Amino acid sequence: MSTHVLGPAEAIPEGEGRAFVVGGEQVAVFRLRGGALRAVQAQCPHRGGPLADGLVDAEVVVCPLHGYAYELADGCARSGAGALLVYDVEADPAGQLVVRLPGRRVEEVGGAAQARLEDAFAEPVA
Amino acid sequence: MTMTLTAPEPTRPDTRSRLVVIGNGMAGARAVEEVLARGGGDLFAVEVFGEEPYGNYNRILLSEVLAGNAATEEIYLNPVEWYAEHGVTFHCGVRVVRVDRFAKLVYGNDGSIVRYDKLVIATGSRSFFPPLEGMWQDLKTLTPGVFGFRGLDDTAEMMRHAPDHDVAVVIGGGLLGLEAARGLQNYGMTTHVVHAAPTLMNQQLDAQAGRILQRSVEKLGITVHCNVRTTAVLGEEKVTGVRFGDGSALDCDMVVMTAGIRPNVELARRAGLTVERAIVVDDQLRSVDDDDVYVVGECAQHRGQVYGLVAPLWEQAGVLADHLTGVNPRASYHGSRVATKLKVAGVDVAAMGLKEPEHEDDEFVQFSEPRRGVYKTVIVRGGKLVGATLLGDVSKVAFLTQAFDRGLPLPEERIKLLFDIGGPSPEVGAAELADDAQVCNCNGVTKGQLVACVRGGEHTVSGVMNATRAGKGCGSCKSLVKDVCEWAAGGAVEQDPSERWYVPGVPLEKAELMAAIRERELKSVSAVFAALAPEGKEDAGSKMALASLLRTMWNDEYVDERDARFVNDRVHANIQRDGTFSVVPQMKGGVTTPEQLRTIADVADKYAVPLVKVTGGQRIDLLGVRKEDLPKVWADLGMPSGYAYGKSFRTVKTCVGSDFCRFGVGDSTALGIAIEDRYKGLDSPAKMKLAVAGCPRNCSEALVKDVGAVAVEGGRWEVYVGGAAGAHVRKGDLLATVDTPEEVVTLTGRFMQYYRENADWLERTYSFVPRVGIEHLRAVIVDDSEGIAADLDRRMQESVDAYKDPWLEAGQPATPGQFRTSLPLVELPQVPVRPAP
Repeated sequence: MSTHVLGPAEAIPEGEGRAFVVGGEQVAVFRLRGGALRAVQAQCPHRGGPLADGLVDAEVVVCPLHGYAYELADGCARSGAGALLVYDVEADPAGQLVVRLPGRRVEEVGGAAQARLEDAFAEPVA
Repeated sequence: MTMTLTAPEPTRPDTRSRLVVIGNGMAGARAVEEVLARGGGDLFAVEVFGEEPYGNYNRILLSEVLAGNAATEEIYLNPVEWYAEHGVTFHCGVRVVRVDRFAKLVYGNDGSIVRYDKLVIATGSRSFFPPLEGMWQDLKTLTPGVFGFRGLDDTAEMMRHAPDHDVAVVIGGGLLGLEAARGLQNYGMTTHVVHAAPTLMNQQLDAQAGRILQRSVEKLGITVHCNVRTTAVLGEEKVTGVRFGDGSALDCDMVVMTAGIRPNVELARRAGLTVERAIVVDDQLRSVDDDDVYVVGECAQHRGQVYGLVAPLWEQAGVLADHLTGVNPRASYHGSRVATKLKVAGVDVAAMGLKEPEHEDDEFVQFSEPRRGVYKTVIVRGGKLVGATLLGDVSKVAFLTQAFDRGLPLPEERIKLLFDIGGPSPEVGAAELADDAQVCNCNGVTKGQLVACVRGGEHTVSGVMNATRAGKGCGSCKSLVKDVCEWAAGGAVEQDPSERWYVPGVPLEKAELMAAIRERELKSVSAVFAALAPEGKEDAGSKMALASLLRTMWNDEYVDERDARFVNDRVHANIQRDGTFSVVPQMKGGVTTPEQLRTIADVADKYAVPLVKVTGGQRIDLLGVRKEDLPKVWADLGMPSGYAYGKSFRTVKTCVGSDFCRFGVGDSTALGIAIEDRYKGLDSPAKMKLAVAGCPRNCSEALVKDVGAVAVEGGRWEVYVGGAAGAHVRKGDLLATVDTPEEVVTLTGRFMQYYRENADWLERTYSFVPRVGIEHLRAVIVDDSEGIAADLDRRMQESVDAYKDPWLEAGQPATPGQFRTSLPLVELPQVPVRPAP
């Protein structure tokens, strides 16, 4: 597990997302209306679309290329695509964005959803 | 005292009522399934008597078995084991010989006696054997070589007999007879169909259709003898021929009787139940004489009707089960509207309702093309479809069936009931499509996937579209997706109320939504969610539509929240597959200058633009621009945005018009520039592409644009609306012919404002115009029948006044990081740089 500080949360306009390079990975961080933060992988698993450019609400981000929607909380696709990696993200008392690697991915295992650590992202850079 | 924990519980006496079903055909078995599906297994101990020594099979497919297209085991619906697995006692191969309604007992021909509390009679029907001399060897034995065609045993015997015999005569030219004749050809037999009526399938088809069908059938090598009565079967030990009413004879070594069916009602009659053409039942499918006896299927007569098709039988079984199990004690059967679609001996036939007009004022539309074997009729009464016949071409069957079942409104031009004129996917109705046929060409969704989704429990069209993504691309397949869903659900597709909402996240139709927004002065997307969405919940899928609507309504009073915009509208460019953008500067009417071209060329060089392309709207597109370069590109261009990315007014295409063209009768270029100058960038429910043509040659394709103006001789202009030549092709409807270019500009604006205020989200004018009707549009927009023309013009003017070139944001970004890349590690552009050819 590694911790990364990405700058002030205000750098992300409310209700939008911005992409960051975190420990060598592309991460899309969203500041939802009301202030909640969410972080997922920056590229859509469908065709590589830029998810930080997507429309969001309290629950989902919609990829701007083909309209695939993903749950921001656990990365699950709402319509037939692979799941997103999701990252822990919060604002520290100074208002700085803090993201933790590695991400988690929810996978269908024997019909039941299980979270597992993504081994590929186990090695922190920073 | 010790207690033995493992002691078995004493067997409880079965306190359930006893339900006995006589008949294991499609009706009886379906009734049992429906009862079990409603938890009837807890209410009833179910026992089924089936005379045929098999499980339940699909009788409709017997002709497929005969033709060798299906194996016997393939047509089983429920094998014998199914009954035990579902707790049903099955008296297999046992015929019921007597019902004692007073003692409530059923007697089987194997000596069994079973008591019932509730009885279901589903004895079906049997082949009708007309009294022919020589057909029977004795009271029970047909002359060898003579066959009925009703059950698996009949079929098996025919299949054994056919291969080493040469000539088959099928008596009866209805559906079953034609199928039998076609099937027997597969065994190398020469086949004849002998029919007593003047034309084939006269139960379902009128005389002309019957004659066309006859030609088609004869082309297949089947000899048809119509208007011919058979009087005798010839041959002592075995069939050697048949004799006809005129005394002539035909040699043959096989005879198949398909001269109709008769309901099996003897058992019921002996039990004292009222029998007319079949056993008479009430709306709950109970015998009119006995509340404990239900009757279902071909042996039931309901309100004078006896049905011989499977769809009514399913409806009956559903009502019976609802009532019997008490799931819905008010369940009631009101008869079925029978629509059939069949392949008769390789010829497509669909028939529903009346086959011929009955009243003097019935509308009757008829199309006949005997050479191709195509014949179509529709009968309309009081604006509703009451009958239709399709022969040889059943492409319209899906719509006609729906119109017939539900009394849908019909197109004013009745010919459209028979043919698709300018519609998408013209040839194929939903039912006709092969399973692997791609319905949604954008997202690659096949009919089979849609059907599987419906069968998997998705009961609304929007649910299916969400789950499969069908119809979520260009949207032009939506109506076909809907047809397929309805077909797959057997018409039981549920209306999703959200389909009528303007956006999925706010449960209001457009007019209600606009009224609420106006009344409560909601000027931002977040305010709309807070005030009108359930629990104030925001919805990503609704934001773009709401932003567009609010801007349309409030113009410069609109509180612009950038997060409600789609990315294209956030950065004023069109996102491409690799996350780069395309930049299209405004080029009014497609007119440019050497200076503009030089600037564009310099920009393309400076930013290494991978592709420079002329667009369909007569502009120049710079493709593959990185997001972070956008403000610099705009600044260097020094031209306004061409809005080639929004759900908005896009462009006006023009021809060179009267200044240069030797045919030009109007200055199309000047008018196109004037229209674009005035209405540039307007938000709308879907994009609007316009054109102006300087003469009726229409070089700028004005007839297939959302709004198109065409100059005609005499200095006048025709204004067309609702045209399209993209995912959908449609010629625009003539809105008006006017005398001046100024009037064209005014009418264009008034139409676009009406469209902006009344169209559904993403509803292009090619759908909107036919939906509201060109007559209505002419009345409102040209003749001002509702007195709103001045208001429309005023609101349009407000929008025009609020225009601001979005590319002026280049200097000062509207939000932090507005033009920051969203894929920081991806080397962009990824699109290939195309060398000049």
